[in-house]
Amino acid sequence: MSAPLLAVENVGMKFGGFVALQGVTTEFRPGRVTSIIGPNGAGKSTFFNVLSGVLSPSTGTVRFKGQDLKGTRQHEFVHRGIARSYQITNIFPDLSVHENVRVAAQAGRSRYNIWTNRNRFDELDARADKALESVGLFAKRNETAKFLAHGQQRALEIAIALISGPELLLLDEPTAGMGPEETKDMVALLERLAAERTILLVEHKMKMILGLSDRILVLHHGQLIADGTPHDIQTDPEVRRVYLGQNHGYA
Amino acid sequence: MNSSSVAAPLPAAARKPAGLKAALTKYRVPLSILALCILPWLLPSKALAVNVLIYGVVCVGYNLLFGYTGLLSFGHAAFFGAGAYITGIAIGQFGVPWYLAVLMGIAGGAVLAFIIGGMSTRTRGIYFSMVTLALAQLVYYVALQTPSWTGGENGLRGFTVNKINLFGFDINFLDPVNKYYVLMVFAALALWLVSRILNSPFGAAIEAIRENERRARTCGYDVERTKLLAFTLSGTICALGGTMSALHLAFVPLESMHYLTSGMIVMMTLLGGASSFFGPFIGALVFLLMEDVFSLWTSHWQIIVGSIFVLFVLFLPKGIWGTFLSRVVR
Ligand SMILES: Nc1ncnc2c1ncn2[C@@H]1O[C@H](COP(=O)(O)OP(=O)(O)OP(=O)(O)O)[C@@H](O)[C@H]1O
Ligand SMILES: [Mg+2]
Repeated sequence: MSAPLLAVENVGMKFGGFVALQGVTTEFRPGRVTSIIGPNGAGKSTFFNVLSGVLSPSTGTVRFKGQDLKGTRQHEFVHRGIARSYQITNIFPDLSVHENVRVAAQAGRSRYNIWTNRNRFDELDARADKALESVGLFAKRNETAKFLAHGQQRALEIAIALISGPELLLLDEPTAGMGPEETKDMVALLERLAAERTILLVEHKMKMILGLSDRILVLHHGQLIADGTPHDIQTDPEVRRVYLGQNHGYA
Repeated sequence: MNSSSVAAPLPAAARKPAGLKAALTKYRVPLSILALCILPWLLPSKALAVNVLIYGVVCVGYNLLFGYTGLLSFGHAAFFGAGAYITGIAIGQFGVPWYLAVLMGIAGGAVLAFIIGGMSTRTRGIYFSMVTLALAQLVYYVALQTPSWTGGENGLRGFTVNKINLFGFDINFLDPVNKYYVLMVFAALALWLVSRILNSPFGAAIEAIRENERRARTCGYDVERTKLLAFTLSGTICALGGTMSALHLAFVPLESMHYLTSGMIVMMTLLGGASSFFGPFIGALVFLLMEDVFSLWTSHWQIIVGSIFVLFVLFLPKGIWGTFLSRVVR
């Protein structure tokens, strides 16, 4: 068995007196898709924020490839190999689609150089175009990002996250706000991406998760209450109890 | 995936929008310098032209932070004043040659910008603006309270530069045309430097931070450090404007450090247009020209200039040059 890519040990997160995460312990090995589900406010996004350096946990440790991430500043996470997308679309709205991805690629290459011309980095241009192509946005490369359709903006954010070549990709509800058509495209995209890297996925659309995931974690009130294959999770009585009566529309 | 077919490099024409606007952007430095060369012959006086040079440099430098990094500083008079005072003190009290005094003024402004930037760029939004304002006022009071160095309220005098020796030629610096073209060399260097910075990878990084700080950080940019560097570069160029002003006036008024001067820099920049490279320069030109013309008519010229400024902010928020670029040139 391979060594864990990410090891989470007894992680807790408190906002004032409010406990958003508590005693979360788990491991992620290199491999396909692990989904994290749970009702609204369960702490899923908070968990991602801890894993991506947006928040530092109140307690516990997170190790990436054996290294404790404590004290690592947020911008360093992507250089370590952890990239992410956000629940609410987070792109550069007034830059062109191509520049959105190019400037993300540039972060791995040149950040403080004031002397060279930025267009000299041809290789970044080509990489950006390739990433756009892989999410189906190449034809839109010269458009201003804010004028893209919602689903395209979500795909653009994934291209931005992908460009760093992350070993671990965290996607917080990539299909949020999408209709069935857009969701289908996104699922196809995720399936292609999953072949090449480790993905952690937060989602609410149950059917999609069951089809896509190798493993599912269930968070409830900031605690892990289940961990297993899609089949295990579907039959877990505790999970059924948590979701029962809650009309999320994805039973 | 059929990657090979679509991702082939596009012809240059498909990548970059062509046209007059693109040409204006590409050749912005030589075109700006050309404009500066003819400027003194278009304005009512050479003294006004020199002032436009000085404030043009200051505003273009300021805009590196304001327009391109998205940080509204209300304290840039501190760097302008620091450059001016240090140059004046170096020449008048230490007999330093003028070119060294200029370098010292720039270096001193850079250090001050690094310090003030270090404290202010940790804060955000309105707090950033207030911290820059407060720290710049602190510098103002230091200048006021140390009259043996700065001349206090009366300003700094006694460091007239009569002659400038360039490449073995003695140039009479009291002649307004000579003065303009000597100072224009500094302005041209500043414009070239700012253009260079905007074209660089760092220029892309500050734009990313202006667009979306959180995304920029997630992409791997150290936002705080990048802002501090932008702040320092911007302040350094304002300090250059200050040293030019000291050489020009042979006098440093205390007001050059006052927050009203900071406010004027913001106004000029907005008037010309913060979204473009040359806009702030145009803003300085129009502002000073209005001051020059209207102050002949009435001592209440500030009311007229202020009203015009408000009209611009309300109806043409891209400023004079930004509106010109987006409507006329395309
Ligand atoms: N920065 C914060 N400060 C205070 N409380 C917070 C903060 N971030 C999250 N919370 C609270 O923590 C709890 C968990 O929030 P989180 O966003 O992680 O939930 P989630 O599982 O992602 O929910 P959803 O499915 O609605 O996205 C919520 O009650 C939320 O209000
Ligand atoms: Mg969430």
